[in-house]
Amino acid sequence: MSRYEMMSRYEMMSRYEMMSRYEMMSRDDAIDGSPVHHTFGPPVIAGIRERAELGRYPIRGWGARRAVPDFDDLLLLTASASRYPLEGYRERCDTRTVLGARRAARPVVLDIPITIAGMSFGSLSANAKEALGRAASQVGTSTTTGDGGMTPEERSASRTLVYQCLPSRYGFNPVDLRAADAVEIVLGQGAKPGGGGMLLGQKVGARVAGMRTLPEGVDQRSASRHPDWTGPDDLKIKIEEIREATDWQVPVYVKIGATRVDHDVRLAVAAGADVVVVDGMQGGTGATQDAFIEHTGIPTLAAVRLAADALADLGLTGDVGLIISGGVRTGADVAKALALGADAVSLGVAPLIALGCNAPTYRLPAAGEPAGAGAGIEVDVSAEYTALGTAPGHCTHCHTGACPVGITTQDDALAARLDPALGARRVANYLRALAMETTMLARACGKSDVHRLEPEDLVALTVEAAAMARVPLAGTDWIPGR
Amino acid sequence: MGELTTAVHDPDSADSADSADEVVFDLAVMSTRHVNAALRALPAGARAQVVNPAGRHNLAVGLSRAIRVRIAGPAGYYVGGLGAAADVDVDGPAGWGVGENLMSGTVRVRGAASQSAAASAHGGLVVVEGDASLRAGISLKGGRLAVAGDVGRYCAFLAQAGTILVGGDAGEALGDSLYEAVIYVAGRVRGLGTDARVEDLTDADVAAVRALAADAGFDHVDPQNVTRVASARSLYHFDTAQHAAY
Ligand SMILES: Cc1cc2nc3c(=O)[nH]c(=O)nc-3n(C[C@H](O)[C@H](O)[C@H](O)COP(=O)(O)O)c2cc1C
Ligand code: SF4
Repeated sequence: MSRYEMMSRYEMMSRYEMMSRYEMMSRDDAIDGSPVHHTFGPPVIAGIRERAELGRYPIRGWGARRAVPDFDDLLLLTASASRYPLEGYRERCDTRTVLGARRAARPVVLDIPITIAGMSFGSLSANAKEALGRAASQVGTSTTTGDGGMTPEERSASRTLVYQCLPSRYGFNPVDLRAADAVEIVLGQGAKPGGGGMLLGQKVGARVAGMRTLPEGVDQRSASRHPDWTGPDDLKIKIEEIREATDWQVPVYVKIGATRVDHDVRLAVAAGADVVVVDGMQGGTGATQDAFIEHTGIPTLAAVRLAADALADLGLTGDVGLIISGGVRTGADVAKALALGADAVSLGVAPLIALGCNAPTYRLPAAGEPAGAGAGIEVDVSAEYTALGTAPGHCTHCHTGACPVGITTQDDALAARLDPALGARRVANYLRALAMETTMLARACGKSDVHRLEPEDLVALTVEAAAMARVPLAGTDWIPGR
Repeated sequence: MGELTTAVHDPDSADSADSADEVVFDLAVMSTRHVNAALRALPAGARAQVVNPAGRHNLAVGLSRAIRVRIAGPAGYYVGGLGAAADVDVDGPAGWGVGENLMSGTVRVRGAASQSAAASAHGGLVVVEGDASLRAGISLKGGRLAVAGDVGRYCAFLAQAGTILVGGDAGEALGDSLYEAVIYVAGRVRGLGTDARVEDLTDADVAAVRALAADAGFDHVDPQNVTRVASARSLYHFDTAQHAAY
């Protein structure tokens, strides 16, 4: 199936938006010989009707649906005569990743440069959080809390846990702060740079409400600005406060949604960040307005290069860590992100898919059977996707709390569909596979350490990607703008 | 001041402090980091004085034991922030975010406080003996804030739980986007924020104000004569008629 054939109705909307009028006019589905309208095509009409009937705008989970230049538009120039490769599977290719060694007494040391991004307990079920924590621990990487605080399950399941400090400060407290292995001050997310968090009432059950100090069932719309600082000069003092409260033990990350990346990375560094996390516009979310998801920020591909160049210009490459997120799916994505200058990547939606998101069935260990020992029980839930107005493979309904596979829910019965041990195994398998793909590609580029991948190892397939990633268009030495 | 500086305590032996004695740390000769580490190392019951603060930021943050700390002069941002159990007393004005994210204990400012006093405080008591600037009590999560004088605009913005007592006047947009926190104002309210409303005072309110005024040491507030401001709760849900559609 082609990339476009796999698209859902909404994805078609983006595609219509991106097609030229002439393409549209030649489409087979034009009725009575009259071409499909470019500006007001069927999905646009449906969107207007929905707003007119309900007086609301669409909210959903996941990241941007529209096609933007991404890592698929880059290719790796693996070795041949001018470079020699390392033996795949045999010669060593290091994946060890150290973050935050600049100031923290205890830097974050990871076995692989692939981490789990911050996703709140609230948007995710406690089982999902636990599964992600266990998986990260099994493969020697970090996981991250989210907008809603740290759960004990998550802390105990995670070897390396990054604690987010968000504008809402829900559940933020000095005890959990000191129990964390790193602190991430969140300024924004790629899905909604400049916007606050959102958790609809269905998901604000007793435990979530208690942790966030909110009335149960409230449609939580959290702050987009931190309550106790505004500009970068203040942020510097805030970071120092966090360091004081943690006795300068752990690294402080600053996470930004990718917009004015060059400026924002410089300001984060000036404020004292040990690690800058840059989340591109494809970055996932548990619930955000569609208008935000599709129309704000810049693609991850453009963001990674801007961020890496800003750090290089400051002479801080390697000293200040760079984590990139937003649409990372495969080891090839990881290798390309590292080649463009990232020290690590961070994943949100992909590990959820590994857990079973968008699967037509959920699976539980059979009674008395340890997770993963046998086939277990498999239950078809396709009808529940249909009830949500979607289908397996097309779902982005995390905001509803009615997740058919028990990942993004606070309903106990639904949450019980996800077995943390089984889920952890799947996510760990997935992360291992990504790491293997990454090292395979790095070896083929002749690198004994994945962190030695470099922009010189890349070319672009399209002029846009060449301009954004600042690597030559394949077959040329042309970098647009250079 | 001279006798204090001669009594400067060696921070490396801070944990051996006799709780009856006051230990003195001098910021003219010690770094903030050094002083904070020494304060954190003090045993419960200890008393400390920090001299020559000169408006330095992040003083006495992250304390977790029941110690008493006097900051002998003006403090910068976040004094007493992220604290629990301790009593921090600032003998002068304080910068942004005094007592931010406080969990328990007290932070007292014997002067004016800048923006976002007691921001996101989960518990404890923040007392400002002078005026407090913009967004005092922003995103409050269960703590108590008492301001003897006036508060600036957007006091209690997004405040989720807890109590705020304003001994003087409140600026515009008081209680904007409030959740369950309650504000009492002894003086004039210049304007209410979105979704905030004035409500009748009950006996429970009077008792709460009396207790808070007593804890804060305010004798100029008449508990019977305050304005109660709380959330109208109309922003708790998206347009309820269409709620199911989400
Ligand atoms: C269900 C879900 C919940 C999220 N919650 C948070 C959050 O609480 N805080 C945050 O900074 N980012 C949050 N994010 C964004 C992720 O941290 C990350 O930036 C993003 O998912 C990366 O893009 P990807 O999903 O394409 O990998 C969330 C994402 C998802 C999918
Ligand atoms: S299956 Fe669950 S986690 Fe996946 S998109 Fe649907 S609601 Fe979200």
